[in-house]
Amino acid sequence: MPKIPYFSTTSRRKFISRTSATIALASSGLSIPMIARAASPVKIGLIHPATGWAAYPAAQLRYGALMAIADINARGGIKSMGGAPIEALLGDSQTKPEIGAAEVEKMNEAGVHALQGCYQSAVGLASSAAAAKYNIPFSIDVGVSDKLVQRGLPNVFRMADGYGRIAKDAANNLGEINKATGSKAKTVIIVHEESEFGTGTAKLMTAALKEHNLEVIDSIKHANPTRNFDNVALRIKSAKPDIIMPINYPGEYVLLAKTLRQQRVDFMASYSVLGGGFNFKFVNDMPEIAENMIDVNHWYNPGSAAGQAMRARTEADSKYFTFEVYCAYMSIMFLADGFERAGTTDSEAVNASLAASELEVDFMPYDKTNMVNGQNMGSRAVAIQAQKGDVQIIAPSKYASANAVFPRG
Amino acid sequence: MLSSTLTMLPAAIINGVMYGSIYALVALGLTLIYGVLHIINFAHGAMLMLALYAAFFLFRIFSIDPYLAILLIAPASFVIGYVLYRWGIGKLSKGKDQNILLITLGLSIIIENSALFFFTGDQQTVSLSYSYDALDLGFLFLSYPKIISFVASLMICALLWALMSLTDLGKAIRAVAKERQGARLVGIDVEHIFAVTFGIGIACLGAAGCMLLPIFYVDPYTGNVFVVIAFTIVVLGGMGSVVGALLGGFVIGITESVGGLLLGESLGQIGISLIFIIILIFKPTGLFGSRV
Repeated sequence: MPKIPYFSTTSRRKFISRTSATIALASSGLSIPMIARAASPVKIGLIHPATGWAAYPAAQLRYGALMAIADINARGGIKSMGGAPIEALLGDSQTKPEIGAAEVEKMNEAGVHALQGCYQSAVGLASSAAAAKYNIPFSIDVGVSDKLVQRGLPNVFRMADGYGRIAKDAANNLGEINKATGSKAKTVIIVHEESEFGTGTAKLMTAALKEHNLEVIDSIKHANPTRNFDNVALRIKSAKPDIIMPINYPGEYVLLAKTLRQQRVDFMASYSVLGGGFNFKFVNDMPEIAENMIDVNHWYNPGSAAGQAMRARTEADSKYFTFEVYCAYMSIMFLADGFERAGTTDSEAVNASLAASELEVDFMPYDKTNMVNGQNMGSRAVAIQAQKGDVQIIAPSKYASANAVFPRG
Repeated sequence: MLSSTLTMLPAAIINGVMYGSIYALVALGLTLIYGVLHIINFAHGAMLMLALYAAFFLFRIFSIDPYLAILLIAPASFVIGYVLYRWGIGKLSKGKDQNILLITLGLSIIIENSALFFFTGDQQTVSLSYSYDALDLGFLFLSYPKIISFVASLMICALLWALMSLTDLGKAIRAVAKERQGARLVGIDVEHIFAVTFGIGIACLGAAGCMLLPIFYVDPYTGNVFVVIAFTIVVLGGMGSVVGALLGGFVIGITESVGGLLLGESLGQIGISLIFIIILIFKPTGLFGSRV
């Protein structure tokens, strides 16, 4: 769990001297704001696509962020700032980069101290650039484009992995799984959405798979939304790849999976990278289709008590425990830890504090936080597989809860 | 590569026809309302989404097959459409077309955000016992839900055509569309006809929602995915034409499908926009440009 210094130590002598000084100042007519009123809240702006096609993941992100804020406030807020509570300001990017940037301007006017967002990389790029003008600390909760942390902006941080390292891990994991079964798979078809997320990840995967003797024989781009995947399914069927690799958002992910089944497309494995639709809901709603599908994604650490507790809380609220929930939770904990160590809302001090973060988040399969140019190098995505109506981690072996079923049953 | 693409062409055309029939049904409501009321219903997509949710909840709660739910949802949609126009849109607009535009626009915002509040943004799908059963054509597996949707869409289009062409109600609707003052003078209750037409348009959406649910998903913004297509079909087929909407649906469905096959699923969408522009330039009244 995050290690935040909740209680500062004191002594009887210190207590008496400070209390006496306070009484003396108060009786002399002077006032001390810190004592006279409650600590001012630390305002964190949450910018997500609350309306539009990504409203569901946005709601999950908000839920995770607000859960973290409630937890921190329940523990007494930011201790080093006199127990300052965290206050959330809610913004809606409407899935549009320009609206996301406009939300930053509005929140800056409202006196925001840090920002978090934005689910879509394109919106994250625009919003964090707008925040950079005011040097407002910006934590990317979900957003995989590496451009987010490669622009040299000192205010932008990302706890979760980006697509560069995810692609490398995904290719390594697939290479190992394939090798363990006699390298039966030779060819791959990538089906990806058309924006920065899908196009960028597909490009990286194509290069990374080559190193494992897996040839990408076709890369099929599709629009958001796509109404009909029949042509794609027929194209895949005609090319007969061993592996199908979807890289897309939830609606299209599920629709593609259904269409592949309808068109009786045969393949060894569906191995998605950051598959937006691969989650407990998909596995519950369509167990037959989901069975043995593999995804490489952000995932919680099921071996940790904190991870299991968070899952139980989320499910008790009748919500699915999707990656958005714990990524947003983690992102808020990261910001809170930054404020705690900085002891101020001064943006420069907070950015420096965040850059030096060593936060430990044991509900994720991560090492200790190690920020390098805004990217946490301690993070990692894992390979997960739907098995018998549940989701198991199959790689890396340190966190694996089951062996991979490959080729699929 | 080219030979395999050409091999898939018949399959792409058949897929296009299947989807086109459903697109036509969505466009029918739009074209009827425009043809008679001379206004664009901006709440069209939002109402389609409500129909999809109605079919979804009937399936989830009462296990009613979405195709059978047409028998409940289409009449209910008609009543809702009638009441909405007669005692809502019609009254509030005070006879001004621009007011109707604003009211339907406002209505779409209210419906979408209410859906987001009550149903959340979670995408919902249904799996029927026969969802993955299909007719094997050799080059294509034609799923039963698509075949049922196709046949049902054709039947509804035929029924609507018969209603418009062969009944007194149809004559009254056409009279109001052509000359509303004249229709009033010969004793037609114009406000009633407006409401009936709006009701029929919404009933078409109700049926379309039932047919889309087994092959797509529903969330508060699903309607918008289809409404842009519907506008193109209305422009292509001609405002107010039932036959135009059906043929327009087929043309757009095939264009989308074949365009996707030849140019890729992303770039293939350009064909729809091209048709829209070409029709506006060379035949702005559409292929069957007479009013209802």
